Amino acid sequence: MSEVTPDLVRHLASLARILVTEEEVQKLTGELSVIVDSVASVNKAVSGDVAATSHPIPMSNVFREDIVLPSLTQAEALSAAPDSAEGRFKVPAILDEE
Amino acid sequence: MSKEQLMPYEKAIEQFEVVIGLEVHVELNTKSKMFCGCKNEFGSEPNTNVCPICIGLPGALPSVNKKAVESSIAIGLALGCDIAKTCRFARKNYFYPDLAKNFQTSQYDEPIAFGGKLSIELADGQSFNVEIERAHMEEDAGKLTHVGGSTGRIHGADFSLVDYNRAGVPLVEIVTKPIFGGGDKAPELAAAYVRAIREIVKTMNVSDARMERGNVRCDANVSLRPKGQEKLGTRTETKNVNSIRSVESAVRYEIQRQAHILANGGTIIQETRHWHEDRGYTSSGRVKSDAEDYRYFPEPDLVPVEPSADWVESIRAALPENPEKRRKRLSAEWGFSELEFRDVVNADLLDVIYATVEAGAKPQAARKWWSGELARIANAENKSVEELAITPAQVAEIQTLIDSGELTDRMARDVVAGVLAGEGEPRAVIEQRGLKVVSDEGALIAAIDLALAAQPDVLEKIREGKLQAAGAVIGAVMKAMGGQADAARVRELVLERAK
Amino acid sequence: MSDLIHKSAAELAQLINSKQVSSVEVTSAFFDRSEKLNHKTFSYLHLNRENALAAAKLADQALAAGKVHSPLHGVPIAVKDVLVTKDAPTTAGSKILEGWMPQYDATVVVKLREAGLPILGKTNMDEFAMGSSTEYSAYGPSRNPWDLQRIPGGSGGGSSSAVAGRLAPLAIGSDTGGSIRYPAAVTGSVGTKPTYGAVSRYGVIALASSLDQIGPVTNTVLDAALLQDVISGHDAKDSTSLPNSLGSMAEAVRNADFKGLRVGVVKQLSSDGFQAGVSERFQDTISKLTANGVEIVEVDCPSFEYSVAAYYLILPAEASSNLAKYDSVRFGMRILPEGNPTIERVMAATREAGFGPEVKRRIILGTYALSSGYYDAYYGSAQKVRTLIQQDLAKAFAKVDVLLTPTAPTTAFKIGEKVNDPLAMYLNDIATIPANLAGIPGISVPNGLAKEDGLPSGVQILAPAMQDAQAYRVAALIENLYKAEWGDYLISQAPDLEALNV
Ligand SMILES: [Zn+2]
Repeated sequence: MSEVTPDLVRHLASLARILVTEEEVQKLTGELSVIVDSVASVNKAVSGDVAATSHPIPMSNVFREDIVLPSLTQAEALSAAPDSAEGRFKVPAILDEE
Repeated sequence: MSKEQLMPYEKAIEQFEVVIGLEVHVELNTKSKMFCGCKNEFGSEPNTNVCPICIGLPGALPSVNKKAVESSIAIGLALGCDIAKTCRFARKNYFYPDLAKNFQTSQYDEPIAFGGKLSIELADGQSFNVEIERAHMEEDAGKLTHVGGSTGRIHGADFSLVDYNRAGVPLVEIVTKPIFGGGDKAPELAAAYVRAIREIVKTMNVSDARMERGNVRCDANVSLRPKGQEKLGTRTETKNVNSIRSVESAVRYEIQRQAHILANGGTIIQETRHWHEDRGYTSSGRVKSDAEDYRYFPEPDLVPVEPSADWVESIRAALPENPEKRRKRLSAEWGFSELEFRDVVNADLLDVIYATVEAGAKPQAARKWWSGELARIANAENKSVEELAITPAQVAEIQTLIDSGELTDRMARDVVAGVLAGEGEPRAVIEQRGLKVVSDEGALIAAIDLALAAQPDVLEKIREGKLQAAGAVIGAVMKAMGGQADAARVRELVLERAK
Repeated sequence: MSDLIHKSAAELAQLINSKQVSSVEVTSAFFDRSEKLNHKTFSYLHLNRENALAAAKLADQALAAGKVHSPLHGVPIAVKDVLVTKDAPTTAGSKILEGWMPQYDATVVVKLREAGLPILGKTNMDEFAMGSSTEYSAYGPSRNPWDLQRIPGGSGGGSSSAVAGRLAPLAIGSDTGGSIRYPAAVTGSVGTKPTYGAVSRYGVIALASSLDQIGPVTNTVLDAALLQDVISGHDAKDSTSLPNSLGSMAEAVRNADFKGLRVGVVKQLSSDGFQAGVSERFQDTISKLTANGVEIVEVDCPSFEYSVAAYYLILPAEASSNLAKYDSVRFGMRILPEGNPTIERVMAATREAGFGPEVKRRIILGTYALSSGYYDAYYGSAQKVRTLIQQDLAKAFAKVDVLLTPTAPTTAFKIGEKVNDPLAMYLNDIATIPANLAGIPGISVPNGLAKEDGLPSGVQILAPAMQDAQAYRVAALIENLYKAEWGDYLISQAPDLEALNV
C-alpha cells in the first residue's frame, strides 16, 4: 500500500518549492496515493538483471569545440526579469534574518 | 555572531585524532563555458557573458565543451586516477538564486576519474600519501551580491543581485578519501595538499589557478574522534576557504572548536560552516539534514561520455612532468645545496630559474640573479618576480655577456635596471648607456704604456717579480678607461707590457 | 479565394510556387478565418497578423526572385506554444510564463522561417504539455471542430483543432506520450512523432527531456511528410539530436507500395479496453490491408502492460527538474507575499500561484520518484521497463515492418468528463506511450468515424527507430485505401465550423 502521508507531501512540496495549503496537502495525499499505487507496478516488471535505459537512442561522446559564440547583451539577458538593478537580476533577501 | 570557545591546539591534538577530507574545486581556463559558447572570462560587466543556456531560459539545452572534458581527464591522470570507460552527467537538484536552472549539471555515481593518489611533502620533509576518491566535472554557479542591511553579508541583507557570468564555467571537483594520521600536521597537510593541486593544474595550464579569483576553492571536512575510538566523529564542512593560508587556519580553528565542544560533553552538528577570512573563524551555515535531498538523476539532455583508450593515452602523453618529480629531477641536475633548493621552492622561483637555465644561463648564476638582485627589486616594488618587466631570456642573455667578459657584474646590474626601466632589450641598453667593456686592445695598451711610463718605479718592481705592485698601474688604467675595461684583462696586459 | 482553406498544404505550396496565388493571399485567408473562428475552437493563444504577413511578403519576394526555400515555401503554419519564438509571447499554456517574450527562437522555428513558412500564431496546449485534453491549459480548453462540446485531444489540442478546423493548413506539435498522435486521432487529422532525436528540441520548453519530440500536425500524410522534411535534421545545439538524416519522408509517401509489407498487431493493444467503434474501425483497417495482400501477424509485447506506469514515473521525475527554473528570478511571474519575504518564500508563492493543479501534482510525484530511498524502486525501475519495452519491440520488428494499434482508446470525450480523474486521463495515452519510451516513430492516420458517436478514430503506425520512412509509407497506404472509399480525406466530412456554436 502507499507510503504517501500528509507529512511526506509537505516535505516534497518544500523540496519542490511549492507553497501548499493544508487543504491542498490533504487533496494531494489522496491523489498521489492512488497514482503511486498504480505506478508502483514497475517494481514487479523488472526482477533480475535489466539495464536501465535513460536515452531511447543510444549515443555517446557528443561534444562541441571550445569556441566562443556570441552572448546576449546585458539588456537582452535582463529583459524578461521581474526585477533588476545595476546590470544584475534582483531578488529578495535570501535567508531569514537570524 | 561571536567567536566560539576553543581548546588550545596542543591539548586538542593530544586528546583527539583528526580526520580531514578535502574537496577542491578547480575552475578550468577554457575559452568558453562548460555547456554553452559564452566567454569564460573573469571581470566582465555583469550578465554580458550569458545566453539562454547559462541563464536557464526555457527550452535551452546544454552541449558539452570537449576541451573541458579533456582537461578533466588530464587532471584525473595527473592525480593518478583511473579514467572511466563510460560516465555520465547528472542533475543535482536544489533551489538557489545563483543556480540558473535550480539544478547543477554535475556528475554523481559515475565520475570521469576515480581512485588516485598524491604524495604531499611538508616543510620538514615528511611525506604523506593522500588518496583521491574521485574527480568529476560540473558547472560553476553565478555570483550573488548582498545589498543593504548592516553587515553586507547574506544575513540581514535587504536584497541580493545575481550576475550569471560565472554560471556554467567548467569546474573539476577533486575529492579526497578521509585523511588519517595527520596529527598536529593536519592543518599544514591540508594546506600543502591544496598548494599541490594548485601547482599541478597551473603547471598543466588547465586552470589559471588564481585563488584570489576563486579559480581554486577548497571545502574542508574536519572531524575528531577521541584517541583509540574506531567510529568516526561527526564532520563539519567548512566552505569559502579561498587561500592556502586560510585552509591551514580554518582546519586548525575547526579542530580547536570541535575539541572544546567534545571535551565539554557536547555534540558536533553535521553542518556547513563558513570561513571568515578577515577575523579568522568559522560560523554555522546550513544544517545538513534530511531536507537536503539532491535527487540526482542522469542528465537526460546529455549523452554519456566514453573516453576511448586512444584519447586518454594521447592526453596522458601530453601531460607535463609532475611538479614533485620535476623538483626532484631539477634538484639533482642543478646541483644546488639542499638549503638553496628549498629556498628557491619556497620563494616560488623554480619556474623562472628553469626558464633562465633553458635560455642558456648556468643554474647557479640563474639562481643568484632571481633570488638576489631581482628578488630584492621585486620585494621593494611589492611584486612577484614574474611581474617584473624582465624575462628569463633577457636575464640569461645578460649573464652570457658577463661570462664572455663583455660586461662586468656592476655593468650587468645597470643593464638589468635599464631593461626594467623599459629602455629595451639588453643590447639596446648597453648601447644607449655606453656600457660596453673596452676590448679595443690598442686603446688599452696605449693607456697601459702611458701609465707605466708615468710610474717607472712600479715598472721596475714588476720586472723584479713583485707582481702585486701592478695594482697601482691597473688602477690608473681603469680610471683612464672610465671603469669600462675588464680588470682581469688589464692585469694580463700590464704584466705583458712590463716585460 | 476562400476555397484556399480547404486545400492541403502540398496543394497550396504548388499554387504558390506556380504563382497562381501569393503567400500573402494564402496567409491572409487562414488568418481571416482564424480571427473569425478562434473564439469557437480556441486553437490559438496568440495570433499576430503583422508578423505572419511580413513573413508571407518575404516568401513572395523570394519567389519573385526565383528562390524557393522549401517544398512548403509560402504555406502558413501554426506553432504550438511550447516552442520559443522571438517575435511572439511564449507561455507553454502556463500562467507562470504569461507575457514572456523569449530572447531567442527555437531551432525548429528558425527552420520554419528559413523554409519560408509564415507563422500564423501560437497554439493552445495543456500547461507544460501535461494532459490529453487541453483542459489543463491555464488559458482555457480548446474545442474539437467535430463537436465543440468535446476535447480536441492534448496536450496539442490547439494545433489539432487549428488544422482540423482549417484555421491553419499545417501545425507543429510536441509529443511526450502522445500529445501529437492522440489529438490527431480525435480530430480526424494526421500527426507524427518522429524518432527521438530526428527533430531538434532546442527551444522546445521541456516536459520530459528523454521523451519529448517535435513533429507535424496536418490533414494529410503527404503534408506531414513534407513538414517533417523541413523541420528534421541534425542540430548541434541538441546533444540528443541524431547525427544522420533519415532521408525524405515525402519520397517515402510518394513511392508507397504494398510490396512485401508485413504488419504486426500488438496483442496487448488490439481490443481490450477500446471503445467498440474504435475497435471496429481498427478491424476495418486490418481487413483492408489483408485484402491488399498484406501479411498480418500478431505480436506479443508483454512489457507494454507496464508502460503507463513507467511513463508516469519518468515523466514527472524529469519534469520536476525541468520545471525548477520557473522561480521568478530571470523571467516569468513573481508573486511577492505580504511582509518582507525571503526569496525562498517568493519562489514558493510564485510556483504555487503560477502552476496549475496537474503541474503541481506531477512535480510532487516526480520529486517523490527521485528522492533518496525511492529512486531505485521508482525512477530506476521505470528506466528498466524502458529496456524491456525496447526488447519486446526488437523481437516484434524482427517479424514485421510496422506495428498497428488504435491510436486512442476512445473517440473525443466531453469537456469536463475526466478533468477531475487524473488516472482516467492518463489512460488516454496507453497506446501512444510505448513509442516515446522506446524512442521509435509513430504516426496517427484517420480511419473513419466510430459508429456509435460519429466521431473520428485513428490508427497508429509504429516503425523501428530511424525508420520513419517506413511509418510514412504505411500511413500513406492506409490513407489511400480510405481516400478511395470516401472520395476525399476524412477532414472533408467535418462539420462546417462556421455553423457550429459553442
Ligand atoms: Zn551561455
